[in-house]
Amino acid sequence: MDIYLLEAVINGILLGGVLALLALGLNLIFGVIDVVWIAYADLVMCGMYAIYWFYAEFGWPLPLACAVALLGVAALGVLVHVLIIAPILGSAPINQLLATGGLLFFLQSFATLLFGTEFRNVGIRLPIIEIADIYISTARLLAFAMALAGAVALYVFLRRTFIGTAIRAIAQDRDIVGLMGVDQRRVYLVTSAIGGALAGLAACLLALQYDVHPFIGNTFGPLIFIICVLGGLGDMIGGFVAAFIMAQIISIGGYYSSTELSYVLAFVFFIALMFVRPRGVLAR
Amino acid sequence: MSALLSLAAVSAGYGSFRALFDVSLEVPHGEAVGVIGPNGAGKTTLMRVISGLLPLRGGTMTLDGRAVGGLPAHRMVGQGIAHVPENRRLFPRLTVEDNLRIGAFIPQARAHYAEQLERVFALFPRLKDRRAQMAGTLSGGEQQMCAIGRALMSRPKLLLMDEPSAGLAPLVVAQVFELVRKVRAEGLTVLIVEQNVQQVLEVVDRAYLLEVGSIKLAGTSAELKGNDFIRKSYMGL
Repeated sequence: MDIYLLEAVINGILLGGVLALLALGLNLIFGVIDVVWIAYADLVMCGMYAIYWFYAEFGWPLPLACAVALLGVAALGVLVHVLIIAPILGSAPINQLLATGGLLFFLQSFATLLFGTEFRNVGIRLPIIEIADIYISTARLLAFAMALAGAVALYVFLRRTFIGTAIRAIAQDRDIVGLMGVDQRRVYLVTSAIGGALAGLAACLLALQYDVHPFIGNTFGPLIFIICVLGGLGDMIGGFVAAFIMAQIISIGGYYSSTELSYVLAFVFFIALMFVRPRGVLAR
Repeated sequence: MSALLSLAAVSAGYGSFRALFDVSLEVPHGEAVGVIGPNGAGKTTLMRVISGLLPLRGGTMTLDGRAVGGLPAHRMVGQGIAHVPENRRLFPRLTVEDNLRIGAFIPQARAHYAEQLERVFALFPRLKDRRAQMAGTLSGGEQQMCAIGRALMSRPKLLLMDEPSAGLAPLVVAQVFELVRKVRAEGLTVLIVEQNVQQVLEVVDRAYLLEVGSIKLAGTSAELKGNDFIRKSYMGL
């Protein structure tokens, strides 16, 4: 096998980790609360700015900056639910889409106002390691490992805890969980916090690889949505798998043509697959 | 004879539709009480009001002497009421054990989770064999076991059962009433709503007849079994 192709495959796997993490968050929120957070990628942007600010401007140690940013985005997730979703929970889905879409413009404009449009970087350059002529970025490797750890932690939480079981149950029958003593509103708050925390974790991982600017959410936001739809909206395992499929298409496509064209390829693949498997790659 | 649950002049409805008119009933400690009546009489509405899924429009409701009318469903569980809903409403893509686990969601029940799980498994050994299976793959009778087990996990004082025999094959219906007997033998107080009049009168101590939202008749099961109106209209005798 061509060594550069192998490198592209490895990079695709590493890219897939962070995408899978974000797809998990978006699917969790959709499955449980039945809303799509259009501004999900922009929560990541907020987290990246927080890390930049705490670390590069205030001089906090990086782990502290990351931890505070993660918790901050989790709190932001709760705020999004309380201020935007909860008041319109019973209204038409299109209203909820428009409201979270409005949040996207709000966050992007607000970030532009606060920080301007220039690209900012936390200024950490992790080394590139070389194994048998293949070059792998440590930042990507770290991001992949952390994303996987986050996914495992989420899995264990949903499997092993009472509230996690309630979260899975509410996604199947939301009207009946009250009879088991589950307060729907509380489950929604916990879900929003977890969704936020996953975006916060993604922010920590992406801040080490990319510059932050107010519109960075646009570069991967649409990709996460098509990953979720490809996997079947609300299907967490389907989304997880779809993330790695899309990451491979982008990475291998980028190797054979160009990065721009690889996105075209990814979207063409998505459209084609929607005709074949409209309910998701793993749908039965 | 002190009443565990008592309803006085309760009314309830949906929108401008009134489904219950001044319903009064009592469920004494340790007894099984049935509510019988035709389709659309308001039996399910009555259950939904008692478990807090539907608000009271009027009247009072007390549990163990405490006023509980108007509490939301998720708080009612903590008061000691567990509701086995119509059509069982299990979480089909959760395992049997996860369905039981969610039954023990309230803090008082979580503390006794392992012990209560053993009790439910002792009562319904079939659930133990099927613990890792998705609830949606169970047979109708097993699903009813799982639904009752899920309700028992909250360690209730009062078990509400809404049409436990609905939609099940005749052979399975007999098994379900056997389950109700088992639960009774545990000393639990039970309020059961059924259209299957003949069989429910065999397992309850007393029963009420609900027609178009009002209590028409009340009595011990022996009295109702001997009542001409009930025999003619509901037992086809």
